[in-house]
Amino acid sequence: MRTTSLFLLCAAGVACAHNPAPTPAASPSSSAPSSSATAGATASATSGRDSVGKPGIGALSLPNANPFPSTYVPFPSHTTLIRNATIMTAAGPTMQNASILLRDGKIVAVGTSVTAPADAVVIDGTGKYVTPGIIDIHSHLGVYAAPGGGGLNDGNEATNPNTSYVWAEHSVWPQDPQFPRILAGGVTTVQILPGSANLFGGRSAILKVVPSRTVQGMKFPGAKYGVKMACGENPKRVYASRGPSTRMGNVAGYRTAYIQAAEYRRKWDEWNANHKGPPPARDLGQETLAEVLRGDILPQMHCYRADEMAQMLDVAKEFGFKIRAFHHAVEAYKIADLLRENGTGAAMWADWGGFKEEAMDGIRANIALVDAAGAKAMIHSDDPSGSQRLNQEVAKAMYAGRAAGIDVTEDEAVKWMTINPAWALELDDKIGSLEPGKDADVVLWSGDPFSVYTKAEKVWIDGAMLFNRDDPAQNWRTDFDLGYVKGESR
Amino acid sequence: MKKQLLFAACVTFVTVAAAHAQTVAITGGTVYPVSGPAIQNGTVLMRDGKIVAVGADVAVPAGAQRIDATGKIVTPGFIDASTTLGLVEIGGEPSTRDANAKGTDAIAASFRSWDGLNSESVNWAPARNEGVTSAVVLPGGGLVSGGAAMVDLADGTAAQMIRRAPVAMIAQIDNPRSAQTGARGELIGKLRNLIEDVKFYQAHRADYDRSATRSLTAPRVDLEAMIPVVEGKLPLAIEAERVDDIQAALRLAKEFNLKIIIMGGAEAWLAATDLAAAHVPVVAGAMNNIPTSFETLNQRQENLGILSKAGVTTAIVGNNGDGDEELFNVRNIKYEAGNAVAYGMTHDAALRAVTLAPAEMFGVADHVGSLQPGRDANVVIWSGDPFEFSTHAEHVYIHGRDVIAPSRQDMLTQRYKTLPPKYSQP
Repeated sequence: MRTTSLFLLCAAGVACAHNPAPTPAASPSSSAPSSSATAGATASATSGRDSVGKPGIGALSLPNANPFPSTYVPFPSHTTLIRNATIMTAAGPTMQNASILLRDGKIVAVGTSVTAPADAVVIDGTGKYVTPGIIDIHSHLGVYAAPGGGGLNDGNEATNPNTSYVWAEHSVWPQDPQFPRILAGGVTTVQILPGSANLFGGRSAILKVVPSRTVQGMKFPGAKYGVKMACGENPKRVYASRGPSTRMGNVAGYRTAYIQAAEYRRKWDEWNANHKGPPPARDLGQETLAEVLRGDILPQMHCYRADEMAQMLDVAKEFGFKIRAFHHAVEAYKIADLLRENGTGAAMWADWGGFKEEAMDGIRANIALVDAAGAKAMIHSDDPSGSQRLNQEVAKAMYAGRAAGIDVTEDEAVKWMTINPAWALELDDKIGSLEPGKDADVVLWSGDPFSVYTKAEKVWIDGAMLFNRDDPAQNWRTDFDLGYVKGESR
Repeated sequence: MKKQLLFAACVTFVTVAAAHAQTVAITGGTVYPVSGPAIQNGTVLMRDGKIVAVGADVAVPAGAQRIDATGKIVTPGFIDASTTLGLVEIGGEPSTRDANAKGTDAIAASFRSWDGLNSESVNWAPARNEGVTSAVVLPGGGLVSGGAAMVDLADGTAAQMIRRAPVAMIAQIDNPRSAQTGARGELIGKLRNLIEDVKFYQAHRADYDRSATRSLTAPRVDLEAMIPVVEGKLPLAIEAERVDDIQAALRLAKEFNLKIIIMGGAEAWLAATDLAAAHVPVVAGAMNNIPTSFETLNQRQENLGILSKAGVTTAIVGNNGDGDEELFNVRNIKYEAGNAVAYGMTHDAALRAVTLAPAEMFGVADHVGSLQPGRDANVVIWSGDPFEFSTHAEHVYIHGRDVIAPSRQDMLTQRYKTLPPKYSQP
């Protein structure tokens, strides 16, 4: 029944903001697979790809260790000019009757006096709006793929409170039918996170929303990994019988892990500097956390309550790293000043709240209040359906801000779904705004994106039109869609 | 005195919140009575908690409070046709959940969900501040979940809030496991057996009381509660998503002459003609085209538009799937309606689907859902198109009283607008 779906879904581990999977009789002995990883490390250190006297890439805890490299190649594109449109650049004031030129996968020009090259496909944007491609910084697509069920339940490795050794990309199913459906909502880049059952859930995957046989074919080239961390109720409920079972247990868990990671990093830094003796034993989990300490992996932390976020800012200071963004952050508005001072962003819903005790104080003006305080504010979905309509979520948040007396402009609000999440992924030099030189990830909307009646009409990724509402036959259908889903239901 | 009269006049077991002697005239707005065409520059006159006149040429009595609605939209209060408001406070906190009965072998027909209604829930205010004035509060779980109530979102005791109960019996043809069966066919068989046993019980009550009948599938209280259903007087609201499950519900309704409502109806568009022919209404959402389960492979956002055009009576509820639309975000049904319009429903049909249509389905159209003389004065003045994000509800009247008041969320917003907060305020 609909009325119980929230709990049923979450008990099955589907969503995750609400409730992660319960511990499936977690065995206390199932700890990080460090011994086998060590053996593997020795092997790859001698048979690595780079054989010129140095250990192979991926064998060491080094920046850019990249054992599953991106094979993404932009799709074929035409030089395209969209003209006579209202263009929201996320980098300055909205331009009326303006044009944007896309060529060779990049944005070449944006303005009111852009002319079409002879070879350009020209699209009339009269009455329409253009924005950067939307970035959803909190998604579980592919790891909790539709249509669900145990066979596709791959988002929470809820067997240990610290699974920093798992990588979300190893769970992502590229045929998840939800991918083309968020593309149709204008989402062009997505961060896939493990669930929130654990203190450390594992590495995230930053993907372009494109069809591919492999997850490697979706991986955003050059994107830094994130690591999912989680505060509060979920870990302490999931591990109630073995610990952590309290918030103080949670904090002890983060600190213990970073103490170990700092030591691990020290050993490896030392060995990397002098190559004396055999390399230290490799540990996948500590490798990830050592990269956090080096600033090469960005902590993305599920955290609802203001007081817990404040404590985590102190934990980060204790170990010398930065939490890039708190996710969900329903009480971010209570500590917006602290977030600004610490340079930590907040990725929020427009209006979710009340579904558990740590979500009781959700308010619709959250994003606007955080933004007004000068901290990096952004929308996120944590939900495949919400991901399809982040423009509508931003609209709700923007108007709620205005109702609360905060003067939020549309130019500011559009950043909440574009350049600000790009910043939180450290990809703001590549995507998130419509400026020359940036990736041509662009959405053409049927009207004002903050109207309930507006739809994404066309979506380009790296200059290639991958969604066209006017030509359904050409749009991406996943393998799953074939036969299971009627053409009209896309 | 007025109150006593009302008590006396009440036929159903419910009462109405205290009515006001104040006469209020809403003037100058574009009035959508829903029961009839829109009226430009219309007037809605309310007195003693009832609507007394609606039209372009309504004389405003001297002494009436005038509310200028020029440039604004006036509609009936919205009705959410499927929610656990007042039964669940915080989903993750079991002590605040009163929507699912234990029942007997997945049957809980005698469960009067409204007996546990929390009149002090903090979730009423955000919904009513944004124009929702009534809600069908319903139980869940099992095969037959229990009875649903139509509730006014007015301040008052639970008894004052409950407009009518039961308005439907809730059941499902969707999840065999939840019905404590192993397969769809077994679930449907279990429902059929229950209905047959209710009929048998009706015909053999005296024997039953002497323990002189065969054993029946449900306890006496549940059989009793099902009698209005098998008599076709109380709707059986059946959660069904898959087209075959919807068709099974239609066959069951025909076989036993039941009045049914399809709840969920993800694939209802594939049975639009049959639903229209059988005059079976559908309560569905407009914001999901994800094949979220094997029951909902063909759900699409055009569902409501297709059903509506085929002549099926539809009510719009939240269905984006996160579950949150039940409580915190009942207020968002207006946006669900906007999305329905974006995907092919007419604006008029969508407005009806959040007002008069659910009132008709659940048998309360003589009280709520339209702006007509004699109806409850549940009226909303919107700053613009009610379905748009840029619009807000400026006045929300329930029984003629403006009910907008700060919600807990409003108080938190006020408190933290300036940091650090003053803990004594607001």
